[in-house]
Amino acid sequence: MPEIAIDSGHTAWLLVSSALVLLMTPGLAFFYGGMTKSKGILNMMMMSFSSIAIVSLLWVFYGFSVAFGASNGFFGDITQYAFMTQDLTGAWSEAVPVPTFVFAVFQMMFAIITVALISGALADRAKFAGWIVYAVAWATIVYFPVANWVWGGGWIFEMGAFDFAGGTAVHINAGAAALGLAIILRKRNGWPSGAYKPHNVPTIALGAGLLWFGWFGFNAGSEGAADAIAGVAFLNTQVATAAAVIGWLVVEWIRDGKPTLLGASSGAIAGLVAITPACAYVEPIGAIGLGIVTGAICALAVGLKYKLGFDDSLDVVGVHMVGGLIGALSIGLIATQKFYGEAGPQGLFYGGGVEQLGKQAAGAFAVLAYSLIISIVLGLAIDKTIGMTVSSEAETEGVDQVEHAESAYDFSAPTGGGGAFALAGIAPASGTPAAPAAPATSATVDEKVAG
Amino acid sequence: MKLVTAVIKPYQLDAVKEALHALGVAGLTVSEVQGYGRQKGHTEVYRGAEYTVEFLPKIRVEVLTDEIDVEKVVDAVVTAARTGKIGDGKVWVTSVDDVIRVRTGERGLDAL
Repeated sequence: MPEIAIDSGHTAWLLVSSALVLLMTPGLAFFYGGMTKSKGILNMMMMSFSSIAIVSLLWVFYGFSVAFGASNGFFGDITQYAFMTQDLTGAWSEAVPVPTFVFAVFQMMFAIITVALISGALADRAKFAGWIVYAVAWATIVYFPVANWVWGGGWIFEMGAFDFAGGTAVHINAGAAALGLAIILRKRNGWPSGAYKPHNVPTIALGAGLLWFGWFGFNAGSEGAADAIAGVAFLNTQVATAAAVIGWLVVEWIRDGKPTLLGASSGAIAGLVAITPACAYVEPIGAIGLGIVTGAICALAVGLKYKLGFDDSLDVVGVHMVGGLIGALSIGLIATQKFYGEAGPQGLFYGGGVEQLGKQAAGAFAVLAYSLIISIVLGLAIDKTIGMTVSSEAETEGVDQVEHAESAYDFSAPTGGGGAFALAGIAPASGTPAAPAAPATSATVDEKVAG
Repeated sequence: MKLVTAVIKPYQLDAVKEALHALGVAGLTVSEVQGYGRQKGHTEVYRGAEYTVEFLPKIRVEVLTDEIDVEKVVDAVVTAARTGKIGDGKVWVTSVDDVIRVRTGERGLDAL
């Protein structure tokens, strides 16, 4: 086989994209962390950071081999890139003419965030040791093989179902795993009647912003080249997300009376999820339609957990699984070969018939079922042995303290700048004193209740 | 002598402080409190789920004054703290038997 020349422009873009995709995981930590109680944010963020640590190493040991080694239809040759001691400086493929090392590092970031996404089902009560074991096992048994099915020449790839940047491999996969855990694990104390409101909405918006930014690497990087298709994917990512924000807010405004920042942030993530599998195959106007529909449906879907009684704390199912399904199926409806040519899918609305829709559904639901079942088995096995959640007493104490001996905030009077004094614009006692003429103010925090 | 106690909205504290300062009030004590009145807190909606927040953050302002000035002080606080919306708070006046300045031992009106 003649050697493929490495393209430095494509390589540069994929390196940048890899860094962008990595940024999504700390972004996710903020997005999820803000939605927990103030005594659970560190545990939540730790699950994202530990995913980076764990999956990065597994990827070098055997993950890349299982996902992208020569496929037997279900998983790759585990020895092919084992420990990455081979010379991987040569080009990955003709379509992706970048060093194999670069392709491997780009795909590594996908594996990391997919594992981290699941943690949203465990908010405020995750036992850290249980999470570590689960993350290793789920990445090994579910993510690496499923990446092979979808992208690595496995059976879904061979069947002709498309998933440009991970609607099936990442979002449906993680969403189904989260559903599995939410079904079998202990619910949070008092859920659903207890107070589970997010403790820091600005943090959520910060996280959503970082995710949105990083997602350009996720989607436009998945072209594997810096070319026109990457540009289409980039544009579609932007407009679908914008439309989904509006879709979610319209539902909130009508149903609840007010549009919220949490809703806008959630709508953005739902839109990003839905456009992910389709971003290179649809026209911008199709992406906008997809975004609006997804924003609205996901806004309604997050309420299902109350009806069905599973405590998917941060709505991984309602946003990622539902959004991923809408995106994966949308390829069967609104994909056009305008950009990708014959190699791409043609949706029903563009004269492609129902065949593509059937393939999309088969791939999506197969991954959903596999991930759900394995997640339930793994979750039960770990919960019965070392435990996946802390006791309800420990949850009351605060999972940050119990699991990590850390706390995110200091609410004591001398250093805490929060509360009504902050609302009133008054500095804490240790701050700069007011002008001499002004009356002295006490910084005593009185916890008595007035009225 | 009288003690004027006001529970007000946090955002109104600066206005109350300025009004009292303009009256020549020499000192006041401020503390953070939480509570609710007739409106029983408020409702917040997150992703469609409603949460009732009962205990709202408030500021308690306490001013010692002589009996002659008490109406002026009450008026100043009420006027400055008023937004016209629900939850503006309450002001009450209690009698004080004696006041002692810690530094000098002065008592009564001299200690104000």
